[in-house]
Amino acid sequence: MILDKSVLALLLASGAGAAGTLAAAPHALAVLRRWDLSSGSASQLRLERMSTLVSTGMALLLLVQAPALLLFVAAADGMASHFVGAMCAIGSLKVNPFGFPALITQIAAFFGTLIWLVLNAVDGGCRDYPLTRAKHGVLVALIPLMAASFGLEIAYFSGLDASVITSCCGSLFSSDSSKVANDLASLPVRMAIPIYFVVLATAAAVAAVTAWRGRGGIWLGLAGVVAFPVGLAGIVSFLSLYVYEDPLHHCPFCFLKPEYGYRGYAFYGILFVATAAAVSAAALGLLSPRENASRDLQERVPRATRTLGLVALAGYLSTVAVSGWQVLASGLKLLGDA
Amino acid sequence: MHAWINRQSLLVDYTLSALARHAGRNLAILAVYSCLVFVLASTMLFSDALRRESRALLSHSPDVLIQKLSAGRHAFLTAADVERIGPLRGVSRIEGRRWGYFYDPAVRANYTLMAVASDPPARGSIRVGEGVARLSGLAKGNALALRSPEGPLHVFTIEGVFREESSLVSTDLVLMHPEDWIEFFQVASDLCTDAAVTVVNPAEVRNVARKVAERLPGSRVVLKEEILRTYDSLFDWREGLLLALASLLAASFAVLAWNKASGLAADERREIGILKAIGWDTRDVLTMKLWEGALVSGCAFGTGLLAAWIHVFHFRAPLVAPVLAGWSVLYPRFDLTPSLDPWMLLTLSFLTIFPYTLATLVPAWKAAITDPDAVMRGSE
Amino acid sequence: MNSFIELEAIRKVFHEGEHNEFTALRDVSLSFSRGSLTVLSGPSGSGKTSLLTVLGCLSRPTEGRVKVEGELVSNLPEPLLAVVRRRTFGFVFQQFQLIPGLSALTNVVLPAYPTGKPHRVIVDRGLALLSHLSLGRLAHERVERLSGGEQQRVAIARALINDPPVILADEPTANLDSALSSAFLQTARELRDEGRTVILSSHDPRICDAPEIDRRIRLLDGRITP
Repeated sequence: MILDKSVLALLLASGAGAAGTLAAAPHALAVLRRWDLSSGSASQLRLERMSTLVSTGMALLLLVQAPALLLFVAAADGMASHFVGAMCAIGSLKVNPFGFPALITQIAAFFGTLIWLVLNAVDGGCRDYPLTRAKHGVLVALIPLMAASFGLEIAYFSGLDASVITSCCGSLFSSDSSKVANDLASLPVRMAIPIYFVVLATAAAVAAVTAWRGRGGIWLGLAGVVAFPVGLAGIVSFLSLYVYEDPLHHCPFCFLKPEYGYRGYAFYGILFVATAAAVSAAALGLLSPRENASRDLQERVPRATRTLGLVALAGYLSTVAVSGWQVLASGLKLLGDA
Repeated sequence: MHAWINRQSLLVDYTLSALARHAGRNLAILAVYSCLVFVLASTMLFSDALRRESRALLSHSPDVLIQKLSAGRHAFLTAADVERIGPLRGVSRIEGRRWGYFYDPAVRANYTLMAVASDPPARGSIRVGEGVARLSGLAKGNALALRSPEGPLHVFTIEGVFREESSLVSTDLVLMHPEDWIEFFQVASDLCTDAAVTVVNPAEVRNVARKVAERLPGSRVVLKEEILRTYDSLFDWREGLLLALASLLAASFAVLAWNKASGLAADERREIGILKAIGWDTRDVLTMKLWEGALVSGCAFGTGLLAAWIHVFHFRAPLVAPVLAGWSVLYPRFDLTPSLDPWMLLTLSFLTIFPYTLATLVPAWKAAITDPDAVMRGSE
Repeated sequence: MNSFIELEAIRKVFHEGEHNEFTALRDVSLSFSRGSLTVLSGPSGSGKTSLLTVLGCLSRPTEGRVKVEGELVSNLPEPLLAVVRRRTFGFVFQQFQLIPGLSALTNVVLPAYPTGKPHRVIVDRGLALLSHLSLGRLAHERVERLSGGEQQRVAIARALINDPPVILADEPTANLDSALSSAFLQTARELRDEGRTVILSSHDPRICDAPEIDRRIRLLDGRITP
């Protein structure tokens, strides 16, 4: 167990998130079963009032998940100095088998909570609460995710043993390892670069269309779901090389360090925000009722979709721009000389 | 969007006036809140500064340190040992170092006496760490008399006192000429305390260490990164322990905040009733209450952080330093380099603002769902 | 039909199902047209205030329907109801219910805060209303320093800040002497003449029997009596 300040903060945030979603579960289920805005009965009135509390509380608990994800990565990176062999977050995350699962559930929770927050914002903007049911459905789905995230964090942090000799990014992406990470790393740059830029540019184009029409969030979501892994793979397979100016260093974490001007946070930040906007637009498209939509909803959904489309567009465009600049401006030349 | 901003600014406006009208009640919670932030922030700022300090110091120390062991105890390295390590690939320099501890009964403190090979003080002169100068009450130009373990009294002239920036580890240091050192401790001239190895490529440090250990089986090889790790763990551990204790404080504070927010005074309850009756909706009142929380939090966070900053970087953290820093008889007096880590701020807000807001949420909501006809029913 | 507000078969029960259950209104059906001045009269506990709260969307009826401009509002969710309340009704409460410590002006503009109008616009309207009610010079005075009559005029200005078509006043003259009472009636008549629907509850004969009143509704034990 490592008693570190960020560990305390993270456990508090994810513990509160898990406890809060769980505590809201009975209410969420009641909403799914009994929500009837036209009734005006005492029990509906209670549900509405409770909804205000649950929505505000959840918004608060879920809003901290994004900074918590940042803090988690920063903490893993900072703790690398405690472990023999660790140079960056990878080393710390590999100290025990819970590190990477904890990170992955945190990322999933981040996207899930953003979807919820977008639904909540649109719902709160309409006077007839058209998305209340959908939003509480998503909330119920978030319960296991938040619980898993909290459980894995506890398992990870309590299992941190400073005597473990871990391995660093070098071994994860070395040629004798047979992991997916290694397959990505050994993808020929000549192939990876065009795929990366084509996919991200396509996602940007879809985002532009969505932003323009204010509809078709589902397509944007699909584009986002494809672009996200491609973006990550691009970082491992070639962007890392250009960042470190080293043809063998494939680490997706080292460039979060101050030595590289925290460049990693910018890279991941724009990709994550774009992806979150894309999947939220999809969720909004899928979950908002098509029939009997109120005037508020008819007005709000396209507006929100447009905003999300713009955010995704900005995110993908800057991803393309930043990575393009990284390839061109780097001291390392992998293309061109052959 | 404009309407939203207008609404928020009006709500903030109202919140400010409400806070001002109930100033007495709010000041108490603000004081406790600020104290909590102050304790947590002092702990974090101070440990961060210590960590940075030790890193800065160690950046000048050798990558690999070789000590000889004899019967499991630290023994002197001989020139022959150093030669046996010989030329190693990747090593740019090996240097035998001479240093030893000396207990000065006059001030009841331990000094570290060290011989300097390059640019040494003149024979009979020494340079001393700030702690030594402070304890012995001497300054540059004074003479320091030390009775050597072998008996004779040696008198050294203080040629200089180190700058305080590097005083955390060097505070008890006395630097002298190698000949003086040999004479003082009566050690054979071909012996040295340990050997410092400089390695060209940082990635090769572990390989070099392994090879050294192979060639000199009876030795202990210490890596700089390992010392760093130890320091980091030590500081992290102490900080974590203090923070864990402080988190209990934070928890009790959250309970206090909950209590205070629940025990809404009669006049406040009446005000909210009026607001509801004249057309405010539950969400307006809740938003107003959240703004109130945010303003209180912001104020307490700012005050606590500023106080902690002054406490740590101006007054050298007298309230937390004994727990976090002390490890030797000589309490190092050091100037900490002021700096503010964004992650620290994030962590601090997670540990203070987040629980406070959560604790006040339910009471705020309870106030917000006051029936709008409560005002009229009261008068019926 | 020119009815602005309609109540259909309203029943209002407090503490339903509990030992202190109390039925405040029984089978009340009423409608109010624009530009009228109505007084609800009846002894204490006859249900005047309950009727005003249901009318003004401050509370929901236990049974029955409330319509404003033909739109059914009695089962609207709370935030929607709040919007209807803000747009449609201005309230003058019995003890004025001003917030002490705040200036007259701030008290007047409070109902406009949730509308999201610019501060300037709201304050200008508040000042205009106050000077119309000859309180211009007291706008920045704290309300607790004002006299009873002045406080009531602040309350009237507050009721008018969102320019509602309906003004509801609960026992408006209970704390006023007869000169101030007739001044209030004068104001109520002006409001009616501006086209607003003014509904007062009162058991004060000076009000109930005043010639300005267009319509008198008498309540007894929660029922309308002829």
